[in-house]
Amino acid sequence: MGWTRKDLLAMRELDASEILLLVDTAATLQEIAGREIKKVPALRGKTIVNLFYENSTRTRTSFEIAGKWLSADVVNFSASGSSASKGESFIDTAKNIAAMSPDVVVVRHSSAGAAQLLARSLPCSIVNAGDGSHEHPTQALLDLLTIREHKKSFEGLSVAIVGDIAHSRVARSNIHGMRKLGMTVTVAGPPTLIPPFVQELGVKVAYRLEDAIRDVDVIMMLRLQHERMTAGLIPSLREYSRYWGLTLDKLRMQARPDVLIMHPGPVNRGIELSPEVADGPYSVILDQVAKGVAVRMAVLFMLAGSKGVQA
Amino acid sequence: MTTGPRLREKAQVLDDAALDRALTRIAHEILERNGGAKDLAFVGLRTRGVTLARRLAARLAAIDGTSVSVGTLDITLYRDDLDMRGAPVVRGTDIPFSIKNKTVVLVDDVLFTGRTIRAALDALIDLGRPNMIQLAILIDRGHRELPIRPDFIGKNLPTSRRESVAVRLREHDGEDRVVIEEPEEA
Repeated sequence: MGWTRKDLLAMRELDASEILLLVDTAATLQEIAGREIKKVPALRGKTIVNLFYENSTRTRTSFEIAGKWLSADVVNFSASGSSASKGESFIDTAKNIAAMSPDVVVVRHSSAGAAQLLARSLPCSIVNAGDGSHEHPTQALLDLLTIREHKKSFEGLSVAIVGDIAHSRVARSNIHGMRKLGMTVTVAGPPTLIPPFVQELGVKVAYRLEDAIRDVDVIMMLRLQHERMTAGLIPSLREYSRYWGLTLDKLRMQARPDVLIMHPGPVNRGIELSPEVADGPYSVILDQVAKGVAVRMAVLFMLAGSKGVQA
Repeated sequence: MTTGPRLREKAQVLDDAALDRALTRIAHEILERNGGAKDLAFVGLRTRGVTLARRLAARLAAIDGTSVSVGTLDITLYRDDLDMRGAPVVRGTDIPFSIKNKTVVLVDDVLFTGRTIRAALDALIDLGRPNMIQLAILIDRGHRELPIRPDFIGKNLPTSRRESVAVRLREHDGEDRVVIEEPEEA
């Protein structure tokens, strides 16, 4: 029992015990955030490169903080301002970064499979920080940690994931993780934003918000991913917001009083979430962000902290 | 992960009565050295050090009538051999009181190379600045690789490096006993 992987690429490939090992480790590492001196020497002398080809606030910052709290040296690369704008290809850039001997490369890219490609081509550990509409495993892990802290266990919980399921890597990673831990998942959204054959992942589908949020323990709202959308998927933002936006009234009428409202961010206030809900008593959105640092510490520690087990 | 050779019991070092007497003596020595239990705190090293620290605190309460806080220290993030070991398990530090200006008595079951205590000192000092740190050990088996020396010792036990010392405690193992084990011959 233990961590034996070189990379963290997708929730789909992890088994339940690996997911729980990461969640448990993250739960214990949360204590560091409350210390006066937020630093432990676990990854002293290790180098972590954040290779980000897409914009990010939470993920990049929390990987950077996580690495620094573990005493690693963290280098940030963003595509804008790099030689990517001079025409260097993704894999060439990555190989050049790898030639500088980092221990871990954290990669975000708009193409599904980008992290997988690097994992095959580079000797260092790769963490997928979001690849297109495919997966975002550390987001799912921090969502799971947040859910467990509020609901105490996973078994038997039901979750509604609402919004742009088709373009959401967060939805895909969470579906895999939640199903493996024995949770029931319903995805909901306009039919154009529900991927075909999504039932194959073991989820239920709802086409009305009120059907999805009734009697669930957790509601996870998603942003419309305009940057990945083609035109014509929704008639108008106003219509989407009217039918799919979560307001306090809908919540009070349909949902359970102990429901958790989650959102991976960034929130488009007034579209998928009304401000009263985003900042309201059911919301654990900022708690998710805080847990993101602990989860990323756990992942970096597992990948870089024990070179002995890597092939 | 590699598993070592199978071990067999070579000799019993302490039975339950002897273990009990050793802890009582250590408790008295701690009180004597510090002139009472004022500003004292126990921090045990996971896993059996914590159990021993709790027992010492109970002993102190029985002798002196004062209650001394007990914390738990996990040194996984401070080890100097992370590269040499299998996947580490971080079980967490839990010290729900300030160690600032306290006299902290670090408690562990066996003292061997001293590397665990080196890591524990770093981990502890990252949490605050205690006035003093003292070290209480049930079994000192020698073979130090660092300049570290315990303040309170249950028993000095000369061993060879190929042997190992197993401290078995009621709370974990159902019995109070200390034994020397050695690898089974092939």
